[in-house]
Amino acid sequence: MLKNITLGQYYPGHSPVHRMDPRMKIYLTIAYIVAVFLVKDLLGYALAFLFLLFMARVAQINLGFLMRGIKALRVIVAFTFIINLFFSTGDTPLLSWGILRITREGLQNAVYFSLRLIFLVMGTSMLTLTTSPVVLTDGLERMMRPLARVHFPAHELAMMMTIALRFIPTLLEEADKIMKAQMARGADFESGNLLARARAMVPLLVPLFVGAFRRATELAMAMEARCYRGGAHRTRMRELGYTRLDFAALGVMAAFIALIVAQGAFVHVGL
Amino acid sequence: MDQSDKIVVQGVRYTYQDAPDAALCGVELSVHAGEFLAVLGHNGSGKSTLAKLMNALYVPAEGHIWVVGMDTRDDALVYDIRQHAGMVFQNPDNQLVATVVEEDVAFGMENIGVPPAQMRIRVDEALRAVNMQDFRTAAPHMLSGGQKQRVAIAGVLAMQPDVIILDESTAMLDPAGRREVLQTVRRLQREEGITIVWITHYMDEAAQADRVIVMNEGQIALSGTPREVFPQVERLRELRLDVPPMTELAHDLAAAGVPVRADVLTVEEMVEEVCRLSSKT
Amino acid sequence: MSIVIENLTHTYMPGSPFQATAIHGVSLTIRDGEFIGLIGHTGSGKSTLIQHLNGLLRPSSGRVLIDGKDLFAKDTDKREVRRKVGLVFQYPENQLFEETVAADIAFGPKNLGLSPEEVDARVRDACAQVHLDYETFKDRSVFELSGGQMRRAAIAGVLAMQPQTLILDEPCAGLDPRGRDEILGLVRELQRTRGTTVVMVSHSMDDVASLVSRVIVMNRGQIAMDGTPREIFRQGEALRAMGLDVPEAARLAARLREKGFDVPEDAYLHGELLEAIKRIVGGAHA
Repeated sequence: MLKNITLGQYYPGHSPVHRMDPRMKIYLTIAYIVAVFLVKDLLGYALAFLFLLFMARVAQINLGFLMRGIKALRVIVAFTFIINLFFSTGDTPLLSWGILRITREGLQNAVYFSLRLIFLVMGTSMLTLTTSPVVLTDGLERMMRPLARVHFPAHELAMMMTIALRFIPTLLEEADKIMKAQMARGADFESGNLLARARAMVPLLVPLFVGAFRRATELAMAMEARCYRGGAHRTRMRELGYTRLDFAALGVMAAFIALIVAQGAFVHVGL
Repeated sequence: MDQSDKIVVQGVRYTYQDAPDAALCGVELSVHAGEFLAVLGHNGSGKSTLAKLMNALYVPAEGHIWVVGMDTRDDALVYDIRQHAGMVFQNPDNQLVATVVEEDVAFGMENIGVPPAQMRIRVDEALRAVNMQDFRTAAPHMLSGGQKQRVAIAGVLAMQPDVIILDESTAMLDPAGRREVLQTVRRLQREEGITIVWITHYMDEAAQADRVIVMNEGQIALSGTPREVFPQVERLRELRLDVPPMTELAHDLAAAGVPVRADVLTVEEMVEEVCRLSSKT
Repeated sequence: MSIVIENLTHTYMPGSPFQATAIHGVSLTIRDGEFIGLIGHTGSGKSTLIQHLNGLLRPSSGRVLIDGKDLFAKDTDKREVRRKVGLVFQYPENQLFEETVAADIAFGPKNLGLSPEEVDARVRDACAQVHLDYETFKDRSVFELSGGQMRRAAIAGVLAMQPQTLILDEPCAGLDPRGRDEILGLVRELQRTRGTTVVMVSHSMDDVASLVSRVIVMNRGQIAMDGTPREIFRQGEALRAMGLDVPEAARLAARLREKGFDVPEDAYLHGELLEAIKRIVGGAHA
């Protein structure tokens, strides 16, 4: 039943964002990242938050899902906050406690750096939540295609990613089975110190790797039998193409960036 | 060589690297157009090697194999041969490449450069032919073994092959899956005229073939229609194979002096025989 | 040793969109020394059921009692249970991992904390039980064995735990007729000579027909039939409705009775049909 898990964090749907060309989504995600780096004050973050809220609405995704990515990164966010809080140089002390000193600049940095991290994670989650790993791979392959001319293995990389995506559920299921089989022979994966636990993994990892190699050999033969010979000569059934939707999204993103830049230049609301 | 034969195997010898003995030695075989040929044999009898030679995955050390008139030794023809003689393997998990059913069906066609529009049509046709059209966008790992094998067959079918070689493609399936796959293949043979080479160790599957060959130690030990081959009960046991239960029953009845036909294969035939013999007074 | 299953239900991934109830309200008693064939098509709940018998899965509700003791009580030692109830998974050769056959078979006994002498004795004994010659095979790499040998080595790895109850999930899957006969032969021997209780999961009625003393048929997560092979195989119609085959001999018996011949209603063995037909035909000749 382990096979039922969803890979990555794709949230299936048919919203306009889901239907966009994956390449456009990747480009716009990069643009969004740049925009977040342009944000300089709290008002800017408020605007970015409104933008994300709007996008989540269009993508029909619960804000909670966007937050989930941050939950996973909460340690890093906290770490960023603390480091900046105590170790920024500045000369407007707010508090001091022994050698620890909190300055106004430090507080500012802590808040802004943490917010930046949070907004980066939420924005990129938007990409992975609305794009299945398969489509994402497709998009990456198309984007990297021109690089093949300089002998960059674009097709091979994409094929490797596809095969990995195809086999991860199979291997997870197999790992579950081997683990149970070894437990039936008295193996203990749960107790003991770190070293004992690492050693206990051997009866799981060896068969898993042996199995993966066997699968790889068989798959290679099956691919050969189906006339596979690398990226040359290949055509693809599903060709990607930009639609009006993609250009609309491009417009929205351009407007957002313009807004951020204008706000940064003319209005300043900060700490 | 009969021009209409789809595959001709002539004096073929093949030895695996590091293996002391030849896996195949001196195999002669013709696969006739449109027939359903079953290849039987225990593990290690050479039947799987034979299959891989028919698809140019291996090249014979001695002798020749022609697939639709093309010599598998000719490097320039390899991809044509693989297109004409498609192959389905044993493990349903280890032959599907893509993460979506329809993309997997297209995989072979993508490799030989079929235009996208035509691919779309052929994928849909192939999925309909194996009755998997409702699973077009499913992920392979969510399908049953029998369904995965039918997707694999669709992938081969989309290449418009003359011959489909199935190398123990039912060995890892449950009875329902085996039935699904066998029925699909038989329909393709009857309705589309595709030649089938069916490698198995299940006698009940071989019983449905037009012709059976039994492999042993790299050679063809027996050959003929199921009705000719199966009554050779002692010989089959020597070759480490099962005897279909009804044929075995007929054999034991004959040994007990009952004048029953030796080539009984099915329950219905046995019922007929009992009726015939009991009304004879 | 007795295993009692009381009103067992198991739901996978409860509360998620993938929630699925695999078995539902199953009650069952496995008595000492029985040879049980557990039959059902894929997805009928067989695999889920057997994984409860040695505590690999925890019931969503209901109880599993081993010698009267609740398997999931706090003070139950799971390892002790897994020693008593051996479980051979489908394609068990996929779990082999040690460098040599002997080392792999020793994995279980070592986990039990036995002395090296005792471990060695158990490995030799387990090899003998699966017909692998100890001296020939002990130092061989597990990955150099043939398919049938690997399967037997893997089964030996479970037998070395000296379980009182042995559960095998499709032990013959993927083997050729000779490999299958070897496995079925050694399971039968084990059950007869050591009195081990055996539960064999199988799709194949023909494999089970001549071996077991009791057949349990599962369908849609519940026990649909439970009885001797004789009682089960006469219900051809009901079995077929569940997508299961009947041994050919049982089908022949049913067809001959329909035609008005005098064949015992519960005949299902080759020998029984042979005798019946000889009698029918002989009578006609007389």
